[in-house]
Amino acid sequence: MTDASLTQWKVETRTRASAISAVIGALVIVLAFAAPLFASRSVLQDLFFILTMLALAQNWNLLAGYAGLVSVGQQAFVGFGAYAMFALVILAGLDPLAAILLAGIASALLAIPTAFFLFRLQGAYFAIGSWVIAEVVRLALAQWKMLGGGTGTSLPREATRDMPALKFIGDLFGVKSSGAGDILTYWLALLLAIATIFLVYRLLRSKQGLGLAAVRDNQEAARSVGVDARRMKTLVYLAAAFGTGLAGALIYVQKARISPDAAFSVVDWTAYVIFIVVIGGIGTIEGPIVGVIVFYILQTLLADYGSWYLLILGLIGIVIMLFAPRGLWGLFTGRTGIQLFPVRRRLTGGPLSSSTKGGPHG
Amino acid sequence: MTSAFDTIIQGILLGGLYALFAAGLSLVFGIMRLVNLAHGDLIVLAAFLILVLVTALGLNPFAAALVAMPLMFIVGWALQFFLLNRTLGADILPPLLVTFGLSIVIQNGLLEVFSADSRRISVGGLESASIALGPINVGVMPLLTLVSAIAVIIGLNQLFYRTSLGRAFRATSDDPVTAGLMGIRPKRIFATATGIAMVVVTIAALYLGTRANFDPTIGPARLIYAFEAVIIGGLGSLWGTLAGGIVIGIAQTFGAAINPEWQILAGHLAFLVVLLVRPRGLFPRAVD
Repeated sequence: MTDASLTQWKVETRTRASAISAVIGALVIVLAFAAPLFASRSVLQDLFFILTMLALAQNWNLLAGYAGLVSVGQQAFVGFGAYAMFALVILAGLDPLAAILLAGIASALLAIPTAFFLFRLQGAYFAIGSWVIAEVVRLALAQWKMLGGGTGTSLPREATRDMPALKFIGDLFGVKSSGAGDILTYWLALLLAIATIFLVYRLLRSKQGLGLAAVRDNQEAARSVGVDARRMKTLVYLAAAFGTGLAGALIYVQKARISPDAAFSVVDWTAYVIFIVVIGGIGTIEGPIVGVIVFYILQTLLADYGSWYLLILGLIGIVIMLFAPRGLWGLFTGRTGIQLFPVRRRLTGGPLSSSTKGGPHG
Repeated sequence: MTSAFDTIIQGILLGGLYALFAAGLSLVFGIMRLVNLAHGDLIVLAAFLILVLVTALGLNPFAAALVAMPLMFIVGWALQFFLLNRTLGADILPPLLVTFGLSIVIQNGLLEVFSADSRRISVGGLESASIALGPINVGVMPLLTLVSAIAVIIGLNQLFYRTSLGRAFRATSDDPVTAGLMGIRPKRIFATATGIAMVVVTIAALYLGTRANFDPTIGPARLIYAFEAVIIGGLGSLWGTLAGGIVIGIAQTFGAAINPEWQILAGHLAFLVVLLVRPRGLFPRAVD
């Protein structure tokens, strides 16, 4: 008894499940980086798709699930990042790898003026306003004749084939440059997805993350205790633009062909992403991971049914939003209390033993 | 000089169409603070309904629209009563995500039934008919669109401020709980409001379908025009919405006069400029 009363109170977010999941997560990451050793090209391409969608979903989840900024215009940053990358490669002759990073920065810069307009709109009007911004960016870039105007253009083969990194990978795995390209883009997608999850998790566990949750739950109350809501939201908006732009540029390095309609597609880059997050569980880091797996399975099963696929996806999204608004992960964590990325602060140590079960509200 | 004047007139007439798109959106938002992201797709759905009535029953498009109105009222009533009412609350996520899902469902349902082909509702000779107004010619259909938009706005204003239903609308909008104490059932009031919005949507669909080609995928763009008209006009003011529609219409016709590719972009830019100088719109009324 005396021992217990001597132990210090500690505020922690870690739980036993999260400690176990960190170990498993590390193993999965090592395995994933080694995947090119044993996985075929088509598997790598599928994984690339899953990982880039996951990165987009985490960014959208950060916006909508944590900052309360429901955007239906994130395709603006996918498309702008992709176009910036194309411009840097084709017009400036840059290496695609450097171009991806600069494209992310360019997207974050684009977010400064768009935030200025969008933050004048509240709630639902913010949503449609973000869509208008995406349309404006799309229509403006469709006027850029050097990048193919409305019909689009392709990356020159030399640019994608002669990257120094590709030669290294090709020698390492004994594959041709096209195979090496798939390995490289896969690794980058893996890196992007992991970095996104890691940074979002870090943010949510930080003081700023606490402020963000407070703003989401009650903006007035949060402001009254000194949280600068507008500043937090702007920061999240810029960060999400950066991440989304990076993902867009990476996706289009792999596609190597761009057109305004494809790069700014609301279905491909926003509808799918919203359904992934809603089905998995909005406002959790685990949700988009679960969601992207369900999404991939549905897509594989229903790929041959054309528009039925989207129709079913839409219906699932509606049903989940109505009857299980915290998504599949929310249902799971509500039953078991398991959280892989806990962000809730709990008081541990001291004389009272604390419950290991976390509530559904992270 | 005449051509600039002509462009303005055509822009005003086009604005009538956008005001019709926007009136339903404005009505629903005004009463229950719900932004329906499927609004544009519901307009397209109504246009296909009119098309089916015209081709299957051989009705005149105007008669077909009259038949479609009660059907769309039922669609709107049921949609609100059984689906959208469940999403209302302090949290903005459920209504947005449910109506976004609905938008995708309607679009793909229409694609499955009607394919991606462009359609048009024929109104015979009226399509090309025009009246000479001084030095310029004005198409009969565009003129009819603007007249309908004004009639709809007058009608909705009368409904709002002269009838007991309108009083119930305003009371529920201000305070649903207190309105409930006075014997008003907010859920039914909301369902009726969405039903009426769908009647307006049907009128908009008639002109959408007769003036230009349409296909299942054009809904979201109509939603965006409607939204811009509402914001430019200022939330809560139907006459402001008409003004907003006209601002976009004029911007678009001027953009198109310079370069056809700039038509849509010019409309969006006009919206952004208004957002910049008058963030609350030209005739603001509501506080949110």
